[in-house]
Amino acid sequence: MKKDIAAPALGFVGMLRWAWAQLTSMRTALFLLLLLAVAAVPGSLFPQRAVNPEQVATYLENKPVLGAWLDRFQLFDVFSSAWFSAIYLLLFISLIGCILPRIKKHAKALRTPPPRTPSRLNRLPENGSFEIAAAQDSGISDAQLVQDAAKLLKKRGYRSEARPDGAMPSVGAERGYSREIGNLLFHTSLVGILASVAVGGAFGYGGQRVLVEGETFVNSLVSYDAFTPGTWFNQDSLTPYSVKLDKFNITFDRESKTHFGQPIDFTAEVETRRGPGAEPQKETIKVNHPLRINKADVYLVGNGYAPVVTVKDGNGNVAFSGPVVSVPQDGMYMSVLVIKAPDAKPEQLGFQGFLLPTAMTDETGFAISGDPNAINPQLQLNSFYGDLGLDDGNPQNVYVLNTDGMKKLNDRKLDTGGIVLSAGQTYELPDGKGSISFDGLKRFIGVDINYDPSKRPVAIFSGLALLGLAISLFTPRRRAWIKIKNSVDDSGCEQRIIEYGLLARGEDPRLESEAQELRKLLEQQWPAVERAEV
Amino acid sequence: MGNEMPTINVALGQYSDLFMLLAALVYAAAFIAFAWDLAKSSKLIREIDAATLASEKKVLVAAGSRGSASALTNTDGDELVNDEMTYVQASEKRLAAKVAVSLTWLGVLMHGFAVVSRGIAAGRVPWGNMYEFLSTGAFIVALVYVLVLLKKDLRFMGTFVIGLVTVMLCGATIGFPTPVAHLVPALQSYWLIIHVSIAVLASALFTITFAMNVLQLMQHARVEAIAAGKRDKFPFMGVVPSAGALENFAYRINAVAFVMWTFTVMAGAIWAEAAWGRYWGWDTKEVWSFVIWVVYAGYLHARATGGWTGARSAWLSIIGYLCLVFNFTIVNMYFNGLHSYAGL
Ligand code: HEM
Repeated sequence: MKKDIAAPALGFVGMLRWAWAQLTSMRTALFLLLLLAVAAVPGSLFPQRAVNPEQVATYLENKPVLGAWLDRFQLFDVFSSAWFSAIYLLLFISLIGCILPRIKKHAKALRTPPPRTPSRLNRLPENGSFEIAAAQDSGISDAQLVQDAAKLLKKRGYRSEARPDGAMPSVGAERGYSREIGNLLFHTSLVGILASVAVGGAFGYGGQRVLVEGETFVNSLVSYDAFTPGTWFNQDSLTPYSVKLDKFNITFDRESKTHFGQPIDFTAEVETRRGPGAEPQKETIKVNHPLRINKADVYLVGNGYAPVVTVKDGNGNVAFSGPVVSVPQDGMYMSVLVIKAPDAKPEQLGFQGFLLPTAMTDETGFAISGDPNAINPQLQLNSFYGDLGLDDGNPQNVYVLNTDGMKKLNDRKLDTGGIVLSAGQTYELPDGKGSISFDGLKRFIGVDINYDPSKRPVAIFSGLALLGLAISLFTPRRRAWIKIKNSVDDSGCEQRIIEYGLLARGEDPRLESEAQELRKLLEQQWPAVERAEV
Repeated sequence: MGNEMPTINVALGQYSDLFMLLAALVYAAAFIAFAWDLAKSSKLIREIDAATLASEKKVLVAAGSRGSASALTNTDGDELVNDEMTYVQASEKRLAAKVAVSLTWLGVLMHGFAVVSRGIAAGRVPWGNMYEFLSTGAFIVALVYVLVLLKKDLRFMGTFVIGLVTVMLCGATIGFPTPVAHLVPALQSYWLIIHVSIAVLASALFTITFAMNVLQLMQHARVEAIAAGKRDKFPFMGVVPSAGALENFAYRINAVAFVMWTFTVMAGAIWAEAAWGRYWGWDTKEVWSFVIWVVYAGYLHARATGGWTGARSAWLSIIGYLCLVFNFTIVNMYFNGLHSYAGL
């Protein structure tokens, strides 16, 4: 910033121009950049709604006063907060305001000949000179010599211009124009990344679904357990494909003493159809290997057991039959489950309890699961009858049993005792209320399905940014000049001297070796007089 | 990978543990030798200074007025260290430094064996948990250092770098001992090899520039103090090149490391896309990787603007490194996020 621009009485336009110059100055860019780093830190100190909504809720519950204040300053939504957005938007406006004039300037520089030859090359950081041996000298004109030297520099990647006229014929040369091009490519690609994230993301969607072995997911809004559309989401982007889970396999570590039972592989075998009439295909989904189907991606994010049960009501009719998704609580897949039979008559039935894949009792007599595989699966349930509370129209969590309107039927603490069922067994409920049977065990998977059209453009711009960055940081920008000097030495002999000098623009640790290399090349073409340096 | 998971070689894993310990011991010895060299060198410097002074009195030529604070030049133009950080004749006298470098090489060989044998024992790359990140990371730091030593006289950094390597190795073996085991499914990806290896390499380079920038600040303060007529409190800093030379060298390495870090973040995003269904989600680890990237970008800008060279840009590089360390230690241990596979 020049001082005089900031002088008073600028008028409105002057003020704007001043503000723009401030915003696009390198100092502001640096300041905003560092501010951005600082502003990102709270995003790691406080739970973020976008990542962990439950943790935010817990935080607000535990520390209501502090939490409310943090929330007021959007500290649970740092990366979508007004202040964080303000910083990066300003930074990117500054960036654009910085890029545009530099593109213009560099376009001009690309068309301008290399800079004028300085009058004294020995003032340059790297320079030297030598006398051409007389034998080589014969006949060749200064003009020709300069042309040849220009060619030599061109071969080394310089843009060179021969200047044969005037008192001292010379060559001016410059190389490393791609440094600025790389730099501009890098900064422009950053704008590209941001724009792609903003625009592409808005057209996408994300959703979750639990799939039990044998079940089929058909891509439509109603098939999702949870669905989050982007701002400009359009239902037409849900293409009609289907995914059927055939089988889910887990491999557990059976060798290691220290990591025994740790899962080492998850594989979901699925059958997919990419459209209503399409041929079915056998594919797999693994951690790190999502299923790419149409434009959406299906990720394996969770798994567990789904015991298959049949509930008969007091009238002897089947009130519920099918797999029930249970939620694993530990590494041994001890899982909790809830079964609701709203169709049971005369009264609705509900069950809650545990699934133990490998049922055992520990030293204290507690039932535990001894292995994550289903070696001896067992259901341990309490039962209830009465009103499940499903009829008031409020949505209910399928994993929670609302027992407000129900009476206990089976419980460890009651005379009736708890229900303990091994696979294939049936239990008759007390008082002729019905029965429950444990018919078998299936596995289920939890999948995230998402469609994010920003992925490809972001990847392309990132690649370009990386390329531009490397070009910009590792291309040296140098200027070189070569001059021919004719003089007469003390003994009256004619001398012809080649003088050269180099200048780095910006960081250039290899300028010295470039000077040595250049001298070698020059001496190869025009051997020097043995007498050495002039 | 699934069914063809290789079996774990427990005995080889134990050899690996043993060599890791031995390497730590050898590094500790090298560290002592480096420190001894610094102490002895300061004596040598005083001798050279005295000789210079004496000869200057005799020959009344105040030739080439070099900054008096770094007057390491005797009359023959002999220096103990120069700003190009090349080996110079006078430094041949540093016997302790030679011992230190030999010990460091021995340590690197043992350490290399330990890291490679652990990889073979597990049948995979040895960077799947905190112990492995640290021990492999320390190996890369030491390896990069000895390789640079072949061309450049960076022995002045030995105490610092090998000290740090020793601490990292001890941290790994004492803080996070983890027997050899299979990778959890989340880590079973070739991106583990690409992403983590470049990250470790970039971190190793940042470690070296961190050391240089700290020395740069010390040198800067020392020269200023001497110029102000104060006593030289750290005469051993005489074997350390000038602040300007350190700054430039650190910048060059930082530029390379920054490109690698950029690649690390991008590779991480690609992996995250495959593993978690989104390429960027502001997970704690992602936040800190971003912060580190931005701080070093700020550092590069600071140097480009001219006004911010010298001590100020050195501070940015140091802050960037502290963020890196924070990301690796505190974030891995105490923040829970998707990256919680540190094996703790
Ligand atoms: C999103 C924010 C920005 C980031 C992450 C960023 C990053 C970088 C990086 C890493 C470099 C060094 C590598 C290279 O030389 O190409 C650099 C250089 C540069 N940046 Fe930025 N930059 C940002 C914004 C800006 C802005 C707003 C300006 C203009 C005011 C700017 C002007 C420059 C200039 C002139 C250089 C060249 C320095 C040199 O020649 O060494 N940058 N930037």
